[in-house]
Amino acid sequence: MRRHLLLLAFMGAASHGIAEVGGDPERGEELFRQCSSCHQVGQGAVDRIGPQLNHIFDRAAGEAEGFRYSAGFERAAAGGLVWTYDTLDSFIENPRVLVSSTRMSFRGIADQQDRDDLLAYLRLFSSSPANIPEAAPTAAAVDHAVAPAVLAIVGDPAYGEYLSGECTACHQASGAATGIPSITNWPTDDFVVAMHAYKEGVRAHPVMQMMAGRLSDEEIAALAAYFESIQ
Amino acid sequence: MTFSRRTFLGTAAVTAGLLAAPMVRAQGKPRVVVIGGGAGGATAARYLAKDSQGALDVTLVEPTRTYHTCFFSNLYLGGFRDIGSLGHGYGTLASDYGINVIHDWAVGVDRDAKTVTLAGGSSLPYDRLILSPGIDFVDGAVEGWDVSAQTAMPHAYKGGTQAELLKAQIMAMPQGGTFAMVAPPNPYRCPPGPYERISMVAHLLKETNPTAKILLADPKESFSKQGLFEEGWNRHYAGMVERIGPDFGGANVSVDPQAMTLTIDGDVNDVDVCNVIPAMKAGRIAEIAGITDGNWAPVNAADMSSKMDPNIHVLGDAAAQGDMPKSGFSANSQAKVCANAVRGALTGSTVFPARFANTCWSLIDTNDGVKVGATYEATDEKIAKVDGFVSATGESDELRAATYQESIGWYDGIVADMFG
Repeated sequence: MRRHLLLLAFMGAASHGIAEVGGDPERGEELFRQCSSCHQVGQGAVDRIGPQLNHIFDRAAGEAEGFRYSAGFERAAAGGLVWTYDTLDSFIENPRVLVSSTRMSFRGIADQQDRDDLLAYLRLFSSSPANIPEAAPTAAAVDHAVAPAVLAIVGDPAYGEYLSGECTACHQASGAATGIPSITNWPTDDFVVAMHAYKEGVRAHPVMQMMAGRLSDEEIAALAAYFESIQ
Repeated sequence: MTFSRRTFLGTAAVTAGLLAAPMVRAQGKPRVVVIGGGAGGATAARYLAKDSQGALDVTLVEPTRTYHTCFFSNLYLGGFRDIGSLGHGYGTLASDYGINVIHDWAVGVDRDAKTVTLAGGSSLPYDRLILSPGIDFVDGAVEGWDVSAQTAMPHAYKGGTQAELLKAQIMAMPQGGTFAMVAPPNPYRCPPGPYERISMVAHLLKETNPTAKILLADPKESFSKQGLFEEGWNRHYAGMVERIGPDFGGANVSVDPQAMTLTIDGDVNDVDVCNVIPAMKAGRIAEIAGITDGNWAPVNAADMSSKMDPNIHVLGDAAAQGDMPKSGFSANSQAKVCANAVRGALTGSTVFPARFANTCWSLIDTNDGVKVGATYEATDEKIAKVDGFVSATGESDELRAATYQESIGWYDGIVADMFG
């Protein structure tokens, strides 16, 4: 059903005169999986680690309401960066070339066809045509079930700050990311889910499995509270 | 406030006046003096200043104005980094964190008066002293070598100019020449370091001098990440590296820096470059302070305090702490535990339980990165290992490339954590 709606959406888009976007949105949807640990798009999409991407086309950079952008993005926004096909294409090719200190920990997509496909998919969720049903929210960010009681723990940011010393040997407190992802300003739920996923071995990374492996539920909540709080 | 060594040496009288000023301003504030501006000392100073928000008077004593990290110096040898990218200044620690950075040598510690004497002649009072002096070499550890021979036969084990010298010597080797290394006995700084260096030298020679040979005399039966390194040497540098372990006399070596020979178990080898990495001990100031037992300074795991003086803490390579390897990552980890404990003792802030971690990345060839790591906890006796991992042999090229990328991210992360 979802596939069907997407196809309709693409046909609708094409009939509205943006067929020059030469990508394959179905393939783009698959490519979007690598984005979906941080970004949501479609019906009900909300800001997670990265901003939601509905209506990204022709949106000014750094404009998603309520999302805390990196200083680099604020500078780019102040400089008048607007998301067009070309600027998005260039950003996705290599995020740091366009916005040098973005927190987006993503190496980029070198292949032009892949970028075209991805942008064709994202294009489905921007502006006109109206009355096209949107896809369901992308839920891949929640890759591990964490009990509501654990998610509900309110962490102690002071303890989190102390514990964060174990993180900042690798992850930069400024949010800058070069080979190791940024972990600042994540929604606390996302942080908690990710850490439990490492702790349980659901996410594969030996250093993170080891570091998360000895964190208690309270300690994970404390870290989430701290990293959510720092600018 | 920053002092230069030149100021001290040039105008001692004026210097005394200058030094008095911040002490008057700092009156009443507990004083922490940190000796050594590397992974342990710079991190400790930064966390103390950052977290105490002005409640502590923090002074950092470090001789060099631009600190070149020893970690990643092997990547410089291999041509993966330029030396400038490994140099870091102390400007941010002084300007943004209010740390008094003094570029001088600490030459004395009076534990009764609780003062540190600097080579420039002045004296720094402390309530707590943190020593993070890194390593020095054991005299007579390699027959025929002492520090006066380090120009002919560099150790290149403190980063900076020695690393540059070693690289220049490798580049000047005749075609088909021999690079030799004398590896150190345990315990020593950076357990995988000598073997990553062999890999990086092999990488460099493969490009510039493909018929050259590498001769490694090693006093140890086994070494860190051995399976990974040996797999990599076979894969990338087949026939180039010869390791002579203790079974074949690798512990029975002498060198002649004039003749440029390395003698292994009686066999004299003519070599073109000889990288002598002798047995190590705590940086000299630890010994001067009288807090060493043998080559190292024993500490309590909970707060890195010296077992011989509760007002002195020892970080990093110089400390005898238990299970952690001597590494920049370990020193950085220990520094945060220590800073939390020292701040608690001096200002009454909450002291959280000690916890430590280490990860060491090594590069074997282009995009062939491996890593080893562990977590640790404080027990009554020592820092004890909790859990660990090591890269596996036969990993995919993709994973090895990702591990290398991760190591670059770690470098940027830890230097940001050290220098702000």
